[in-house]
Amino acid sequence: MEFIQWAQNPWGQEVPLRISWDLFWAALIVGAVFVVGHLVIRPRLLKASAKGEDSPGSAEGVPEKVVRHSMVSRVFHWVMAVAMLVLLVTGFLPQVGIQFPWVTAHWVAGLVLIASIVFHMVHASVFQSLRNIWISPGDLREFIQEMRHSMGQSVESPRKPGKYPADHKMFHHAAVLTGFAVMITGVFMMFRIDTPLFTRDPYLMSDSSWGWVYVLHGLGGVGLVFLTISHVYFAILPEKRWITMSMIFGWISRDKYLQNHDPERWQATEGAEK
Amino acid sequence: MPVINDMIPEFDLFQPADVDGALELLAKHDDAWVLAGGLDTFDWFKDRAKRPDVVVDLGAIDQLRGIREQGDGYEIGALTPLSDIENHEAIKAKFPMLAQAAQAVATPQVRNQGTLGGNIVQDTRCWYYRGGWPCYRAGGNICYADTPTSMNREHCIFGASRCVAVSPSDSAPALVALDAMMVVRSRSGEREVPAADFFIGPSTDITRMTVLNGRELLVAIRIPSTFAGAHQYFEKVRDRNAWDFPLVNVAAAFKRNGATIEDARVAVGAVAPYPMRLEAVEAQLRGKNADEATGKSAGELAIKGAKPLRHNGYKLPLMRNLVMRAVRDAQSAQA
Repeated sequence: MEFIQWAQNPWGQEVPLRISWDLFWAALIVGAVFVVGHLVIRPRLLKASAKGEDSPGSAEGVPEKVVRHSMVSRVFHWVMAVAMLVLLVTGFLPQVGIQFPWVTAHWVAGLVLIASIVFHMVHASVFQSLRNIWISPGDLREFIQEMRHSMGQSVESPRKPGKYPADHKMFHHAAVLTGFAVMITGVFMMFRIDTPLFTRDPYLMSDSSWGWVYVLHGLGGVGLVFLTISHVYFAILPEKRWITMSMIFGWISRDKYLQNHDPERWQATEGAEK
Repeated sequence: MPVINDMIPEFDLFQPADVDGALELLAKHDDAWVLAGGLDTFDWFKDRAKRPDVVVDLGAIDQLRGIREQGDGYEIGALTPLSDIENHEAIKAKFPMLAQAAQAVATPQVRNQGTLGGNIVQDTRCWYYRGGWPCYRAGGNICYADTPTSMNREHCIFGASRCVAVSPSDSAPALVALDAMMVVRSRSGEREVPAADFFIGPSTDITRMTVLNGRELLVAIRIPSTFAGAHQYFEKVRDRNAWDFPLVNVAAAFKRNGATIEDARVAVGAVAPYPMRLEAVEAQLRGKNADEATGKSAGELAIKGAKPLRHNGYKLPLMRNLVMRAVRDAQSAQA
């Protein structure tokens, strides 16, 4: 399997063209293996998680409905999700033989994604606590501890997380990396197609630099294929559904809050998000 | 980069005796190249810009040849030489624009060898692409014909999407204007595709010009009687008066009631990556008198939305005037 497609430009130089489309299939396979692997260990994880839920924190001062996502955050999430799905469908289906006019839908969805993420960055920086999502060495230690505990190793159950557990933070960081890769390269690639926004200029960069832009865009794209598979999989798991529902309705129940979060790390509020 | 050679690279040649045999070969060999008249093919091979391992020569399949009456229309086998269409009495009488379009192709020698199917599915003539440059259409990631310094005099003014090459066929606009159906066969069966949908632009698939995938064959073209005997018009403008591809061509058919146009089809070639049917123009023409004023406004409407490149702005007045002349011809024919 080749990872990158190469070609000879008119000046006889070997230049990269794009990633090999085999990597798309590889991302699908890795995603499927991940899902199957998780399904295999899921009973153990559920068992370990049930033990944690047996020791809920104090309900004193905790509202019946704890706000997890504000309306603004939820709208952003779903706009971004739709844009991402359109990007993946328009980006990859033509490569597997399903032909339709995809270019315009692709770059328009890309602009929607960029606008929504820029908005999210400003909103999260101003109105939310970045510490909630920023991963620390302590989070990683707790994640490893959690995994070992779930697998039956004789380690203590780690402390409950704050608003976001370590695996959510890791997903977010991976999405940030791949997302920025496709967005930045995508903006440059708009100089090679017809849009009302830029004057087309394929000579903005050398052939080789353009090739690497395409490679990076493709790598980000296949990375997002894997991340989307894993994200959708967890979103539909019954034990995670309360998190998915909170992305629709905005709140989680007092019980779920106390069973799954440490009030000292994430203070419950009613009616406003912190 | 290609170097023109007398010898073409070697390949395995298959000469099936029937369509099923050809389809079997196409299913068996992923990169098989379909050879009809060879006029597009041997350019590619001698330039060594295309090097297939397997060539499937359709020349021995007699069932793909001939012009037959079918129902209220005609069916033309995909392997029928253009000269047969040009000289066929019934085609000349009922679908004169198709005969004229066939006659406008290249030279008599080319028309004797070239087939209708080949003329329809031929590849674009973009000289960057034909020259073997690694452009989008050739599987690369750049259009060399659309840069600030490109030579793009022959390229498109409509339908650009990363690639700016045009459909070079003369017969294709005529078939679009006649509401022809393309008969496409694969091992899983036969389907009819309207001519207007048969051609695809780069926004759908940048490496193909038609809906045909590598395992399908265009076996025939069916022309309904919708515009049989109606007033028809074909005109092609090219750099020299023979053996040249169109700079712009127009094909139009009009059903008239006295001076009034009841229905119309107008299609233009060499302005887009596909033969472009002008539905807005057709709608505007319906119910109007075929006169100078109608022709002028049709011409203006035809070029609305065109985006010329650096060197092909001349195609705008050319296309506008050809559409105008087509409508004006309907007026002169009724007088």
